[in-house]
Amino acid sequence: MLSIRNLKATINGREILKGINLEVKEGEVHAIMGPNGSGKSTLASVLAGRDLFTVTGGEVLFQGSPLLGLTPEVRARAGIFLGFQYPVEIPGVSMTSFMRTAINEQRKYRGLPEMSATDFLKLMRDKKALMEIDSALASRSVNEGFSGGEKKKNEIFQMAMLEPKLAILDETDSGLDIDALKTVATGVNRLRRPDNAMIVITHYQRLLDYIVPDFVHVLSGGRIVKSGDKSLAYELEEKGYDWIKEENEA
Amino acid sequence: MNGDQDPILKQVTQGEYKYGFVTDLENDALPKGLNEEIVRRISAKKEEPEWLLEIRLKAFRYWLTMKTPEWAHLKIPPIDYQDIIYYSAPKSNKPTGGFEDVDPELLKTFDKLGIPLNEQKHLSGFAVDAVMDSISVKTTFKESLGELGIIFSSFSDAVREHPDLIKKYMGSVVPYRDNFYAALNSAVFSDGSFVYIPKGVRCPMELSTYFRINAANTGQFERTLIVAEEGAYVSYLEGCTAPMRDENQLHAAIVEIIAHTDAEVKYSTVQNWYPGDKNGKGGIFNFVTKRGICLGDRSKISWTQVETGSAVTWKYPSCILRGESSVGEFYSVAVTNNYQQADTGTKMIHIGKNTRSTIVSKGISAGKGQNSYRGLVRVTKNADNARNYSQCDSLLLGDQCGAHTFPYIEVDNETAVVEHEATTSKIGEDQIFYCNQRGIDTETAIGLIVNGYAREVLNKLPMEFAVEAQKLLQISLEGSVG
Repeated sequence: MLSIRNLKATINGREILKGINLEVKEGEVHAIMGPNGSGKSTLASVLAGRDLFTVTGGEVLFQGSPLLGLTPEVRARAGIFLGFQYPVEIPGVSMTSFMRTAINEQRKYRGLPEMSATDFLKLMRDKKALMEIDSALASRSVNEGFSGGEKKKNEIFQMAMLEPKLAILDETDSGLDIDALKTVATGVNRLRRPDNAMIVITHYQRLLDYIVPDFVHVLSGGRIVKSGDKSLAYELEEKGYDWIKEENEA
Repeated sequence: MNGDQDPILKQVTQGEYKYGFVTDLENDALPKGLNEEIVRRISAKKEEPEWLLEIRLKAFRYWLTMKTPEWAHLKIPPIDYQDIIYYSAPKSNKPTGGFEDVDPELLKTFDKLGIPLNEQKHLSGFAVDAVMDSISVKTTFKESLGELGIIFSSFSDAVREHPDLIKKYMGSVVPYRDNFYAALNSAVFSDGSFVYIPKGVRCPMELSTYFRINAANTGQFERTLIVAEEGAYVSYLEGCTAPMRDENQLHAAIVEIIAHTDAEVKYSTVQNWYPGDKNGKGGIFNFVTKRGICLGDRSKISWTQVETGSAVTWKYPSCILRGESSVGEFYSVAVTNNYQQADTGTKMIHIGKNTRSTIVSKGISAGKGQNSYRGLVRVTKNADNARNYSQCDSLLLGDQCGAHTFPYIEVDNETAVVEHEATTSKIGEDQIFYCNQRGIDTETAIGLIVNGYAREVLNKLPMEFAVEAQKLLQISLEGSVG
């Protein structure tokens, strides 16, 4: 589904990604871990097409086609979803009209007719139930006045609505208490399917108790320095990131 | 917001003005220029009584002594008042005729503007007075409203049919000496609408006037007068459009509202005069004096405006809160794109006890547009427990536009509570990216964000107008990514 080959990217001339290689297949969940400043969020942003970053090398194929030249909205319509580390507030725009616009833009791209109001409201209801989301959410403005936990739940709710092929969850666990973490993880697990894939970016192993990954990669200094199965996460938890750094330097 | 977006910013603004067509009509027009003779001839054209001509002449003589106001934050080239046609009427129109007497060309024009004048075809719940250039073309539902004692007619008809009411109220809120443009209007006004809601009557439909400037080199000077008797209620809407022309055209109107005890008047405007092209050529100069007086206790006047058009907008819909516990409201969205300039706001004059006012102003600037909020809250000596809440927000798209806030607060009573909040924000790149990431392109994202920003005001508009206004906001900002 996604293959990243020797991806390099800079911001303001400073190289953050120094040659990332990663293969993600359908049905897989990959966790990317790493210390602060290792380039985890940059990788998420670059995949989503944020223009703060300049890609200086490598290539990314998404479902067999080059991804990097596409605008962020086209990537989204093609099925890439980014769960934001810091979801953005849009005052005065209700979640309902935001989601309706998003869904219809995506449908238009896929040659489908606009979803009728009735179908849309039903979808909204179903997904709220699935994600165990407070039903008042729909009438509130996008993320406005939401608590940290509500914002993260709202990201997962949007993911449920948009049914992406590939979801990249950028530190979805940061700032969550254990209950919120469980709700978010339960939501994510309900969205796992054999025909989609997820990249879960996290600083802590804690999230991976609830979202069990097929692969764990450690990102450090702009490169993936170690890959393994979920046991790698426990090892990291135990030994800390310094262990990886030392091992690499050795 | 950064260098990369400059190209987008520059291709900007091709928000096509949809109403820029011209109807080919034969006009009955007076020659260009302004002098006593012209004033007399306008009055004669309208077969006016002597007393009205007297008012016009007084206003004209007073106007001659006045100077153009220059305190607004506006750059306006000098206007040659001798180079304007002050009266131009579509020739074929028979002013008092029925539907079948209206020139089909005129009907077509209004149809094209989305304002069908055929009552059968019309949106239910709306009655319309259609004004083209200097005269009212047709007023719908006049008869059925008449059965309730409601008068809804062109100003000229009202002068003929209800001279006592006109004599009593015209100029009682905006006297001709009020300001330069009010004096000019009082001298040369040609038509407009008159609304009278009798005691205890709740007007069952939205009343609206649609103003259209068609003829070239012609100014439009209309007056609207709304009187709500004790316990009456009316919601009134006005819309305006004009053809695209390279020359600036002048629009100087007066609106007066009188609300008696327990009466309520809601006045909504969707102003979409031609704004000029993207280089600032052409467009309407819109100098309007709008004021209402809450004469009776517990009366209420509410102004809502969505200002997207005009090259220059100069208007301050105001409320004089004389009755005890009377309420004044002002909700405004003003958009300036390209080279548009707006200096708009309100005056809330608290005279009665326990009077309350609310001001919500949302300015949106894009391109090289300049947008100023100017508002006065005055609490006079006897206005015990007066309350005002003002909120003025400015939204900037791009870095070549400007937003300015000029609040004036004058309080002479220590029991008054006056609150003022102001914010300035930019549409954040992060907001746009967030929308992009959900599959929404930048143009649509800006439309969403701007409509969200203005929602508090748009919600005050009657349903059909709110939808229209939302689209209008989106169109007027098309391409103006910042």
